[in-house]
Amino acid sequence: MVEPWGRNEPILQVRNLVKHFPLTRGALIRRQVGAVRAVDGVSFDLRAGETLGIVGESGCGKSTVARLLVSLERPTAGEIRYRGEDVATLSARALRAVRRNIQMVFQDPYTSLNPRMTVGDIVGEPFEIHPEVAPKGDRRRRVRDLLDVVGLNPEYLNRYPHQFSGGQRQRIGIARGLALNPEIIVADEPVSALDVSVQAQVINLMRRLQQEFGLSYVFIAHDLSVVRHISDRVAVMYLGKIVEIGSDREIYEHPTHPYTQALLSAVPTPDPGASRRDERIILVGDVPSPADPPSGCRFRTRCWKAGERCAESAPPLAVPLAFAAATDSARHESACHYAAEG
Amino acid sequence: MLLEVQDLSVEFDTRDGVVRAVDGVGLALAAGETLAVLGESGSGKSVTAQAVMGILDSPPGRITGGRVLFQGRDLLTLSAEERRRIRGERMAMIFQDALSALNPVLTVGFQLAEMFRVHRGMSRRESAARAVGLMDRVGIPAAARRAGDYPHQFSGGMRQRVMIAMALALEPELIIADEPTTALDVTVQAQVMDLLAELRREYRMGLILITHDLGVVADVADRIAVMYAGRIVEQAPVRELYRRPAHQYTRGLLESVPRLDRKGRELAAIRGLPPSPSRVPSGCAFHPRCPVAREMCRADPVPPLYQVRMAAEPAADAAGRTSACHFWKETVGG
Repeated sequence: MVEPWGRNEPILQVRNLVKHFPLTRGALIRRQVGAVRAVDGVSFDLRAGETLGIVGESGCGKSTVARLLVSLERPTAGEIRYRGEDVATLSARALRAVRRNIQMVFQDPYTSLNPRMTVGDIVGEPFEIHPEVAPKGDRRRRVRDLLDVVGLNPEYLNRYPHQFSGGQRQRIGIARGLALNPEIIVADEPVSALDVSVQAQVINLMRRLQQEFGLSYVFIAHDLSVVRHISDRVAVMYLGKIVEIGSDREIYEHPTHPYTQALLSAVPTPDPGASRRDERIILVGDVPSPADPPSGCRFRTRCWKAGERCAESAPPLAVPLAFAAATDSARHESACHYAAEG
Repeated sequence: MLLEVQDLSVEFDTRDGVVRAVDGVGLALAAGETLAVLGESGSGKSVTAQAVMGILDSPPGRITGGRVLFQGRDLLTLSAEERRRIRGERMAMIFQDALSALNPVLTVGFQLAEMFRVHRGMSRRESAARAVGLMDRVGIPAAARRAGDYPHQFSGGMRQRVMIAMALALEPELIIADEPTTALDVTVQAQVMDLLAELRREYRMGLILITHDLGVVADVADRIAVMYAGRIVEQAPVRELYRRPAHQYTRGLLESVPRLDRKGRELAAIRGLPPSPSRVPSGCAFHPRCPVAREMCRADPVPPLYQVRMAAEPAADAAGRTSACHFWKETVGG
């Protein structure tokens, strides 16, 4: 049974989450020569019923965070607390219950569905692992209901994934994610493989389901417009760390981290009149390797504001002192030594 | 006109029979102009580009009709050898996936230099120097050293720069870029688009941008052609198209994109799915998804390309705005 949990209490608390993938050399005697620091000290809260968007470019660690949240990967260090309890310390039995409540929707509807299974089997498979959720005789009906909820014809039960379009396949993935009545859905780039006209349908569906079932979302994407549309709060990641986090207004209307500013200015607007060409910040160079991140602030090698201080010490993710008393959207956490300067 | 495509049709032989992927497409591009061809997957935009470039896989594909006039000469009547000479030298292509377009076992410098050796008959030393100069021009740092690297040693953005350098090498009059920034991150995408726009101005090339992204083309294109189910459904100067689309599909696309500057509650999604090229609906192919479709839209023949004329926008008149919507007047007005 799920115990009552305060509305304002975060349902998920992530503290100093770290995931390093070892780099090894040698075939006979393998030795570790370094580590890819995919996620390197990430902390955030997820409140019940809200959507937290995580944005960042490829290699920033956002997908690894997703896999850690649903226990597909084990963290190297740090805590994931679900309703106040550290997931790592739970008994096998309690862990099963947690995993049931945190489900994932994957990016690629073409490779994440087993091509040899019917849609009915794919959506119903979670019941095999968690039989307590639906008794055997009831499963077929449950699967039909789920297909109906995500806007697919329940008669399609016996079809195979290849008989569906990309958008329909993503609906199948969502139906499967909903099967166990989870509280949290972690969606990793759920619409980026879809055509524009279909993308909007899936986004609208996800919003509707959130309201209907009181779901909390961690919505991971590289498309800043999509993330703004669906998120209540947004975290921006760069090279394994969160560089800025706040409400959607705070991040989009008053970004204080140079990386967020550059990212936002680079987003093309489908409106030639509204072009912000002159304000565009074009970053130089590429993202450094996560196996060998720069000292201090990781963004400093591409930052136009970087000074000596940035190489020496890593700025903590905190509300800048100058904005501590501010009442507007400037007051939110940002990991930049110069966050208070325009 | 630098390039004029007239009534182009391309068919494919598939297991389900003959599929018409491109159906009577017409395009025109003036020297130095940028035209964006916008469409979703299966709309025929990439096949159109391949047919124009002469790199269509055939079989299974074949051009069944139309003309491709490049500076007045119909490319479809030329021999394979004549086409090969035009390709690379006069017109070049940039692909979405640079890693599979470049030869993985040759260094980037060698592949670039090869262009000058084969087409210009330059010496080894001279062509190598030109290759380094070109890499420098497209913004690859430490070009002289990196010329000795293999394609996989470059990041995605740098690799796309190599592709651009390759296309640019012989200073062609026309470049066709098929989703050149789709595989790249936003910040890198902005760098590459800027580079492309800058080089186009510098070399006064005609540029055809094939894309599905309404945002990317808004800033760089002069005109846009929107494709749906193998046909062009609307063609207009960039500003007019975004402000007042004259086809319901264009309008639906614009309304269904989430925008950074407007946070709405519900997106106005287009209902249904794009049709499979093997089962294109009768009449206007968009009618099953269209909010204003009427009886005449469902019945054949396919709507013609109407001239869109607006009293308020005389400039648009001259630019030859067209729409394949029977009800373009209410679409533009409403």
